This record gives sequence, structure tokens and C-alpha cells, in this order.
Amino acid sequence: MPIPTPFHPRTSELSKSKEWREWSGYWSAVTYEHTHEREYFAIRNSAALIDISPLFKYDITGPQAAAVVDRIVPRDVSRCKVGQILYSPWCDDDGKVVDDGTLWRLGEHRFRITAADPSLRWFQDCGAGLEADVVDVSNALAALALQGPNARQILLRAAGAEDLNTLPYYYATQGEIGGAPVTITRTGYTGDLGYELWMDAADALEVWDRVVLAGADYGLLPAGLAALDVARIEAGLLLIDVDYVSSLKALTESRKSSPFELGLGWTVALEAGDFVGRRALLDEAERGSEWSLVGLEVVWSDLDRLYAAYDLAPQVAGRASRDPAPVYVGERQVGQATSTAFSPLSKTYLGLATIKREYAGLGQAVELEMTVEYQRARVPAQVSRKPFYDPTHKRS
Amino acid sequence: MTELYDVIVIGAGHNGLVNAAYLARAGLKVLVLERREIVGGATVTEEVFPGFKYSVFSYVVSILRPEIIQDLQLPRHGLIMLPLPSTLTPLPNGDYLYRDDDHYRTLREIARHSVRDVEAYEGYGHAMYFMAKAIKPILRMVPPDPNSLDPRELKRLADLGSLFRGMGDGNLHTLIKLMTMSSADFLDEWFETESLKATMSASGIIGTFMGPRSPGTAYVLLHHYMGEIDGVFRAWGFAKGGTGGLAEAIASSARSFGAEIWTDSPVEAVIVGGDKATGVALHDGTELRARKVVSSLDPRRTFLDLVSPDLLPADLVADVGRFRFRGSSGKVNLALDAAPEFTCWPGEGAHLRGAISISPSIDYLERAYDQAKYGEFSHRPFIDIVIPSMIDPDMAPPGKHVMSCFVQYAPYELAKGDWDARREEFGDAVIDTLSEYVPNLKDILLHRQVLTPLDIERTTGLSEGNIFQGELDLSQLFFLRPAAGYAKYRTPIRGYYQCGSGTHPGGGITGAPGRLAALEILKDLGL
Amino acid sequence: MRSDYEVVVIGGGHNGLVTAAYLAGAGQSVLVIEAREVLGGAAATEETFPGYRIDTGASHAGLFRDEIIRELGLQGHGLEIIDSPMSALSLTEGDVLRLWRDPAAARKEIERYSSADAARYEDFLAWVEDQASIILAAQDRAPPDLGSDGLLRYLPGLAPWSRLALRLRRMGRKAVSEFLRTIPISVEQLLDEWFENPVLKGVLAASGVEGTMQGPKASGTGLMLLYHAANGYPPPIRYVRGGTGALSAALADAATKRGAEIQTGLRVEKVLISDYRTNGVALSNGHQIRCGAIASCADPRHTLLDLVGPPNLELRVMRRVRNIRFRGSTAKVNLALDRIPEFNGVRDVSELTGRILISPSTDYLERAYDDAKYRTWSRAPHLDMSIPTILDATRAPEGKHVLSATVRYAPYHLEESDWGSEREAFGDHVVAAIAQYAPDLPKLILHRQVLTPLDYQREYGLPEGSIYHGQMALDQLLSMRPIPGYGRYRSPVEGLYFCGAGAHPGGGLTGAPGRNAARVIEKDLRRR
Repeated sequence: MPIPTPFHPRTSELSKSKEWREWSGYWSAVTYEHTHEREYFAIRNSAALIDISPLFKYDITGPQAAAVVDRIVPRDVSRCKVGQILYSPWCDDDGKVVDDGTLWRLGEHRFRITAADPSLRWFQDCGAGLEADVVDVSNALAALALQGPNARQILLRAAGAEDLNTLPYYYATQGEIGGAPVTITRTGYTGDLGYELWMDAADALEVWDRVVLAGADYGLLPAGLAALDVARIEAGLLLIDVDYVSSLKALTESRKSSPFELGLGWTVALEAGDFVGRRALLDEAERGSEWSLVGLEVVWSDLDRLYAAYDLAPQVAGRASRDPAPVYVGERQVGQATSTAFSPLSKTYLGLATIKREYAGLGQAVELEMTVEYQRARVPAQVSRKPFYDPTHKRS
Repeated sequence: MTELYDVIVIGAGHNGLVNAAYLARAGLKVLVLERREIVGGATVTEEVFPGFKYSVFSYVVSILRPEIIQDLQLPRHGLIMLPLPSTLTPLPNGDYLYRDDDHYRTLREIARHSVRDVEAYEGYGHAMYFMAKAIKPILRMVPPDPNSLDPRELKRLADLGSLFRGMGDGNLHTLIKLMTMSSADFLDEWFETESLKATMSASGIIGTFMGPRSPGTAYVLLHHYMGEIDGVFRAWGFAKGGTGGLAEAIASSARSFGAEIWTDSPVEAVIVGGDKATGVALHDGTELRARKVVSSLDPRRTFLDLVSPDLLPADLVADVGRFRFRGSSGKVNLALDAAPEFTCWPGEGAHLRGAISISPSIDYLERAYDQAKYGEFSHRPFIDIVIPSMIDPDMAPPGKHVMSCFVQYAPYELAKGDWDARREEFGDAVIDTLSEYVPNLKDILLHRQVLTPLDIERTTGLSEGNIFQGELDLSQLFFLRPAAGYAKYRTPIRGYYQCGSGTHPGGGITGAPGRLAALEILKDLGL
Repeated sequence: MRSDYEVVVIGGGHNGLVTAAYLAGAGQSVLVIEAREVLGGAAATEETFPGYRIDTGASHAGLFRDEIIRELGLQGHGLEIIDSPMSALSLTEGDVLRLWRDPAAARKEIERYSSADAARYEDFLAWVEDQASIILAAQDRAPPDLGSDGLLRYLPGLAPWSRLALRLRRMGRKAVSEFLRTIPISVEQLLDEWFENPVLKGVLAASGVEGTMQGPKASGTGLMLLYHAANGYPPPIRYVRGGTGALSAALADAATKRGAEIQTGLRVEKVLISDYRTNGVALSNGHQIRCGAIASCADPRHTLLDLVGPPNLELRVMRRVRNIRFRGSTAKVNLALDRIPEFNGVRDVSELTGRILISPSTDYLERAYDDAKYRTWSRAPHLDMSIPTILDATRAPEGKHVLSATVRYAPYHLEESDWGSEREAFGDHVVAAIAQYAPDLPKLILHRQVLTPLDYQREYGLPEGSIYHGQMALDQLLSMRPIPGYGRYRSPVEGLYFCGAGAHPGGGLTGAPGRNAARVIEKDLRRR
């Protein structure tokens, strides 16, 4: 049985749908209302509050903490300023992605990394021979994502923090909410303006209540994973176990992916010193990657026509789909779409797909397999720029 | 003159029955001869005390091959496999370690003992998947003969080699470690939680006369993962009605294909005419004729008792002579007035529906072994407990329970005294050990049955009480089981075959030796 | 000492010196760096007490490879081997068993214990020599590559081994399976299959547990008996005149005469790495030496985790190194004696020229191991003693003698104690154990040196006191030694090689790892 997060007393009260999913062993709301639609639009239109406590969190401290982090991730940590946050995947010795998350530089010698899977042993082993401690703070910390265009206004009301107005995208600051110390990071998984709040588990309910109170006039709604899933696909953000498989869990070599293959080549600083997997990635950089993770946009008029052939209007699930679907160019299967969703904002059918590199160019015409009236069909789509939705207020 | 059978199978243990069922299914006229009044051999269910039924010698069904369940249509013949979803390890300090099929719960439970071990546990399971995948074809193959220069044999050896080369360096190294290391050392490479290592290593010592620190025990760890890769959810389980329920189902299947099964029919000898087996002589003097005779008994009985060793090549007689049985386990079956109350987890709960393992630390298990290696039973033994009545209410009267305790170590040969004199002392050691974890045990204890290796030998005929018909160690596996050159289920006597756990792939309720032997016999018959 | 060489050898242990001599002989410029002032590592002789030359490590050189003596012409560099007629003398309650090297003499002695065993003894010797010849063939070359990237890499690596396969074929119809069957069995089982007398089995079992933290009931100890039969069986006892260190001196002489330089009293602090390959070493005196290749005869854990450092290793390699089991089991007590002690039952001093064993039965050995399993030293220890001064008077003042006792089991980790505080109690204990068989011993002792596993780690760089640089267990042999995937002397870091006991074929005073490694290094250097 899953166990409650520190916010469960509130989230369970608010859940009308009683629809839960297990997230790393915790109860996690899929939706609070009958459908996720209002929750989704809260993210895009006002603000949403999402319980992200099940994330794993690790603190890395000590004189060589930066060296440890630098060894874990392919990014150049020396260029990460105190207070700054980097998104990064991390790799195994073969340069295949193990997991991804954010790493925060909280001090010269103090870092935090968030992860989707348990990672203490991995991080500690990466730090072998270096002077730094890696501590699992996953259970000690509760976390909330406050996401949406009104997030800053709400936070300004709820939290005492000096530099909230000027806190840049992917930076962290310390504040307090209702007397509870809170680390505020300008991060999120929605592609919108947003913050994530990290607090002692014991302060979770106090913080929740204060934020909800502050958000009352700003359209703040609690949002579940269904709304988050659509938002993250629009934002072109990957989900482990869906868009890629951790190399530590993959049962075949072909299920493993390098950062290049996941479209995360920009996180790989090959010339900035050694990190786990660098040698393999040097080779791959020279050789070229086999796969590329791209955005896919279904040609709506063709979808319309496809359904019309069965005398139907287009029916696409409101919820994001995690069932992979084959992608073709001509008769050849060139990859698979791993996440697809109907974007309520752009009214388009979008997906994230892993495609052979030679077919991954922007504008490449492909076909996505769909099932219409129990019949297998292919609908034209094209490789398109991601993120699909990238509002200026995300960074401003 | 009696009628002529195509095949006579000696012994109605589960392998003998599987063998007979496969042969009968192929249209042969098959007779199974069983010494006891019931079928099953070591997989029998008996009502030992009125209303209390026990899988007397065995306890769980480990890795019964799915193809056997399918081919022999066992569910139609009454087989119902019930899941055994959890393992509880009570600890002396009042804590416990509990693992079940709730993945995250198990991880949380492990994290309670060591956060690092959570990843190790997942990584270990991942590694074992590849190990099981590598071993699986071997368990399904007739062993090649490494001494042979026959091109077909060399090709099979080469195929075997390419199997390993194809698995990737890292996996190959892990496999070599698995085949050679002690379970304690192998687990040490992954874990730091003592109770976790101990309970897992316990599965590496079951049925062997080795301790968790003895090299060679890691291999048996793999058996826990064998079922997983077939997508057979939870390979370990209870057969409804006890393991006898399984034997009954196989027997019923065999009969449905036309096989005859005679109980109370002990075989005295295999009749050999010239260099060929022609039938068997029963204890009462009856002679039965058959084209083929198959022994499901262990190698000592198959080669040294049922036939005259004079008929066999000297190297085989020598190899069987040095084949190691060394029974190391006993069984204590308890009838309880109520559910046992564990100090570490009071009340009834999911923990009573799974396995309960008295294996708090590697040192504990090792000390248990230390006593046994000098000829004394463990005074504080490793005990693997199941309470079948928690899952199958037919096993005990309402509200009462049967508790089945697999106990190790109990050496076949005692340095002091003999088993007939010391049986109850052994039972007391088990009860006293259990009482440390179940304080109410003595209050709710109605009856107890104590089975020593000597009792197992007397009742089932298993030499030295070895439940696997010979130790599962590297020098007695694969093409060395039971002897080099004789691992293909055939014997030097034409028409005489072996199909018991003393042949590849070995012991446990798998049915695999019986099936593989049947397939070889059919091949020899051109069927 | 220059600032650059083609090869730097880390450690002047016997294997390092062998590697240096071969490489220098092949024309490479070689520098050997030894941290101690004394060369030889665990093959050293030191004047521990004034006037006494004490073997602080190995007591004899019975396993040293004849090819090396021949190829390096060690006799011309001062090596003199003294062969003993005795293999082992087993001390038991009230009697002794004399295991002479001469089969007929040994057989006669065994007859006193069991005529059945005496009758089988020579068959056993033949069987051991057959089986050992297979092992010997494997010792002279890098182990086969287990790699899975295809036959192309695999077959050439296997080629020298096919001769081995032929040898097996010649040994009879079931030679292959017999050997395969023997690999995993315990020395106790092996001996049980041949013999009935516990005293005979006790003395023969000793070489199965030599250097290992395993009892005679452990799988793989049978193979160790064969390992120690590489130069004949029962294991020959060969002393080096002047002490085992004289062998190291001969090797050093052979190396320097071939142009190698040897620097003692300097420690390698770091292996320098640039772009995943070694290019030099940093020394304890602050200097750096540039080189094209490094051969380390330091143990693999020290080499990779301390000198190279985990950040320069793949994670999986680092984990493999961490998982190497060392488990030292050996301590040594060296005694300077006023005269040869009188052992009960011994008739002639020549009987004392081989090993003098307290190893009265396999159960005795197993019980000695039991204690060590739970992290205490054996209450009734297994002793492997020698009195080298009987055959080599140069090692002690006139009329005086040295008794060296190798003690098993002495685990590195002690439960709730440490070797610093146990050392002398342990020494007393060992002396008392000997005195059971030689009552006059205590009053003959002039000096005593106790070397614990901790001393071996600190002073001699033997990790956890493991004299073999890693347990010789089945999963740590051949291609799996020192770590899986790097069994062919090439370490995970390009240009860095293993040449010590941690590499194939393993420990003991054999020189084989050093010789095999030199060949691999030379080949790689020539290729560049």
C-alpha cells in the first residue's frame, strides 16, 4: 500500500475524484476533480499547487562537494553560481542515462540534487575518494510546486523572501512561510512561470495552508498528475520510465539512451573535465548518435480526415497517453512516440518521440500509428520544435 | 507370464510421475511402482494428526516448470497453486525484516535498515534477471559430455559457449561469481543489511551441507529468480492440499493418459538380461516385464541397490560411491491450537501468510553449520516456516493451524548418540528456538512431528535423507550429475534410465529431471 | 635517477623485480621504486635481531619458477637453492608423520598409519601431478579473455590454451570432467576420496589452506592443493642460501645488470593520468617521473583506489575493486633460538629440514578456521614452521638457530580488539602451541618477532595482511584476477599494468605474474 505524503491530510480532503496513483510508494492525486481540465488551465491561466514530495532529494556537502557533483553530472558545475540551479541527466559508465533531475548549488560546498529514483548509493559511489558527504533528505523534506502565471503574486503574498521579484529562472533563494523556513527554487515541470517550495516535512501543512490562503484571490487550484502530464509534454520535458528507461533498469541494450539521444546534448560539457560516462559520450559525439528525441505534431487535418473515414469526429483522449506508438517513414518504422497528448491550449495533438537520427530533422514528415475503430491506422505528423509551449513569463 | 509394459517407472515421487505422465502421453503403456501406500515420494500430504494435514517432507513448490503444468494439464487434474507472497525475518532485538510483493513497501522496509541497500536490492534483482535468463536454457537442456570427441557433442559445447559469450562481459562475470562464490560473499558485494543478507543467503544453503560462507552456495540463490523471466508471476507457492496435492494431480494426469500406478509395490531389483534391462522384480517375488525401466530413485539406489554393481563400469561405481548425499535437514510439523504470536509483529496479518525465516544473521547461520559439520544438529538452527492453514483452510480444523518447519542443520550422521535416541532433543531445540520469537508457541502447541534425516531416509528412501537426491554443489551439477558420462539420463545398461533429482538439473519440486528423461527415452524409441 | 623512463615498476617485491629484469633485458629503460629500504617485499630477509637473518615474509622458495631462474640466469647473480629431503613433518599427539620427498620413504612412513593409504599414496602423487600440470600450463600465460565482443578477440587469446586442451585429452577419457570436477571440491573431500587416516589427511590438507581464509571444507581448497604442487608433489622445500631475501637480491642484481635502476626508500604517491592514460608517477619526495608504462606489483586495491584514485575509474571498476576479498589469514612468529628444540618423536635433525606442521587433522584445521570466521585468532592454531638454519648456517651466529612459524588463522579484523594490543599475547600463545610438541622451546628463545596481519599491511603493503594480494578463491582466479575484465595484466587505466600476486596466476613466491606481465607490457610497448 502506498503511504501518505506530508500533504496528504489536505490533498485527501480536497480530492473529489478519489483518483490516486502510486508515485514512488506515495499516494499521489491524479486529479482532484472529475476531469483534469480545470487543473490544467490553472497551470496555464492562473496557478496550480502540486504535491511533489515523492521526489528523491540528496544533499552533498564537503570541501569536494563540487567535484562530486561534477563527477555525477555531465554539466560543467564549475560554472554554476551559488544559488543557481542546473537541470541535468546523469549517466552510467557507458554514457547511458540513469536518471535526471535538478542540481542546486546552495553554497560553495553545498549542493542538492533531486532525482526520480533512489540514488544514494549511486551518488555516494560517484563520490568515492572525494571529500564530501551525500545524505538522503528525501523523507525529511516535503515539496510543493506552485506553477502558473500567478505563481509569483501568490508567493509574494505568502512568503517572506527578499529577492522573489528578481529571482531568475533556475535560481534558488531562502524564505519563510508562516514562520517555516522554505527553500524556494524557480523551477518546475510545467514550462510555465513557477516555483517549487521545499520545507521540513513537519511544516508541510502550515505552508500548504498559507499558500492556499494567499492563492484564493488568484485562482489557485490544487492540481494532480494528469494535468501535470499534459503540461510537461507541452513543455517538451521528459519523464523517466515513459520517454526513456534508466540504464540501470533496462533489460536490453537498445532500451538505454544517451543524453544526446534524449535531446539533452546541451547538458553535456565534454571539455569541462571528467564525469561518469564521458569517454563513451566522447565516442558518441564523434560517431554520431543513433537516436534523437523529438517533438511530434500530428497534422490535424489528416487526423480529422482519418476519423471522418469512419464517420466520426476526431477523438483524442484528454489525458496524456503513456502507451508507446510506432512512428513510420514510408514502410520503415523509424521510432516510437512515447508520450502523446492533446494540447488544450493549441488544440493540437502532440507527442514526444524517439526517432532514428536521420529522420529527426525539424519538419520531417512521419506517420504515427493510431487505432481508430479497432483498426490500425497511420496519421501524418511532423517533427516539430519543442517546447511546444514556451511563454515568455517562464523566464522573465 | 505377465504382460509386457513399454516402460516401468520405479518410484512415484513427483519426478517419477512426471516422467510416467509424459511417456503415457506419448502413447506408451506405462506402469509406475511405488513402495509406499501413497504416491508422491517426498511430495506427499498426510493427515499426521486428526484434522491436521502436512506436506510432510517438503513445504513449498519452488520452480515447477510451466510447460509441465501446461503439457500435463495439471489444473484439470486439481492443481491449484496458491501464492506465497512474503518473507518475514524476525530479529532477536524484536525488530524484523519483511519483504513482499508490494514493491515500494519492500523498498521502504529495506530503507529502514539501510538506504543504500534499496538501490542494491533493485540492482540485484536486475542482475539476477540476466543470470536466470542465462541459466534457463541450461536447466532445459540435456547436459553435453565434455569428454566426448563426438562432433555433435562438441557443437553442443560450442553452443553453450556462445550462449555465455552472448550475455555481455558484466553478466558473464556475475555468472562466474554466482557459480563459485559463497552466498554470504556474493551478497556482501551488494548489501550491508545483515538480516537481509542472512535471509537471502539462507536460500543458498537449503538442502546443502554447507554454510552461507561456504563457496559454492551462491548458485542456489538463483533458484529464487528462475520463475520470474517466464513471466510466471511468483514461481514459489503452495499447492492446494499441500505438496501431495501436486503429486495427486500429476498422478491423475498420468492415469488419464493411460498409465497404471501401483502403490504398496516395492521393487527389489531391476532384471537385466545380457546387457539390457528387461523388467523388475518386486519385493514379493513378482516379476514384471518392460522394454524400458526408469528409476526415479537416487543414484545410490539406482546404481548400487537396484542392479548389481558388477554390471556397471568401475568408473561409474566409483563416481556413485563418492557422490555426496549428506542429508542436512530435518522437518518439524506442528499442530497449533491458534495462530502463533510473533513478538516482532503481534496478531494475525499478512506476515503469517508467507514464509517466515529464522535467519537473523550470517553468523547465526554459520554457527548452526559449524555444529553440524562436527556431527551435531544445530541447537539454534535455521528454520524456514510456512503456515499452510493460513492460506488453505482445509489443512487444519477451523481456527487451528499447521506450522511446517524446515530445519537445518541436522546431519545424517551424529557424532554422539543416534537419531532414534535424540529425535525429541532435536525437536526441543526447534521449539525452544522458535519460542524466542513466538513466546506463546508452547501454550498453543497441540502436537508435534519430528522428522530427522534418518526418518526421511526410512520413509522416502532418500539416501542419507538428502531431499535433493545428492548435494547441489558445483562438482555434482550438470554433466557431473550424477557422474560424468552418465548425465544424459541413460545408464550403461541398455533400456535402464534414471529420472530423479539425482540427475540434471537437480532437486526441488521442478519436475524437470522427470520431463527431460522422458524426452530422451522417447527419442531412443524414435517417438 | 632520471626524470623519465620507459617503464616504472611500483614496488620492489619479487614479482616487481622479475618484471623489471625481463623488461630491462628486452632493452627497456626501467626504474623500480620500493618504499621500504629492503627489497623483496614479502620475499625479504632482514637482520631483525643482531646476527640473525630472518625471513620476514616467505620462508622458502619451493614454488619459484625454474624458467625464471634459467632465463634470468639467477645462479650467476648469486642465487643458491638448498633442497630439503623433507617435505613436511606433521606433529601429532605423541607421534610424528614424516612426509619425505622421496615417495618410497614417505610411503613407508605412511604405512605406520594406514597400509591402505600407503598403497594409494603413489597413485595419488601421480594424480596430483597430472592435475597440477594443467594448472601449471595455465600459469605461464595470460588467462583467456572472457570478453563477449566476438570470437575475433576470443580465439587468438585462446590459442595457447588449446595445447592445454590437448594435454587434457591425452590424460584419458574422463580427464576433462575429472579436472572440472576437481576445481570446486574441498581439499577435505579430495583427500577423503583417497585416504582414510586423519593424520595423513591433516598434513596433506595444509597446502590447500595455505594463505587463504578458508577451512579445508571449503570449495576451491582442493584446487589450492594443486596450485602448491606446481613444482612437484609433495611440495618441495627449497631454501635460498642467505635467506629468501637473497632470491630478491639475485633478481635485483639480474635487473640492474640488465640496466634497470632500483630506488629504495621512496614511495609512489600517485599514478599520474592524463586523458585516461598514465604518463608518470608522483613520488613521496615531491618529484615526478615521466614514463610510458607503469607496472605495479603493489596490490590491486592500493594501485587503483589509492594511486590512481576512484575519480579516475569507471564506477563499475571502482565497485569491482572494492569487492576484492583480501582476508589475510596469516601471521608470523620468528624466534632466535639458543639451539634446535627437541620435538617429541623426532629422531634426527634432518626430519626438521622441511615444513614442521601442526596440522594433525582436517577437523583441527577447520576448527582453527572457525575461530577466525568469528574474528578471533585460532585458539588451537595451524602452524607451518621451518628451521632454515639447519641447512644454512649463514643465517645465525655460530650454533644458534632460527625458527619461523607461519601461523594460521590470524584474521585481520578482530572482534572488539586490535592487533596492536593482541600482538604479544598472540606471540605467547603461538610459543605455547609449539611447546606442546617441543617442551624445551620456551627456554631456548633469545629473541622473538611477532608479525601480525596489521604489520603485514603497514610494513609490507599486504592488504589486510593477505600474503596473496587477494584471496585465491575460484571467483578471484584466472580472468577474474585481480578484477573481472582485467585479468590479462592490463589495468583499467591505459599504460598501467598489474605485475604482482594480485594478478594471474596469483600469490606465493612464484615470479609467474611478474614474468607474464613483462611479456604483455613488452608487447604493448613494441606496438606503440
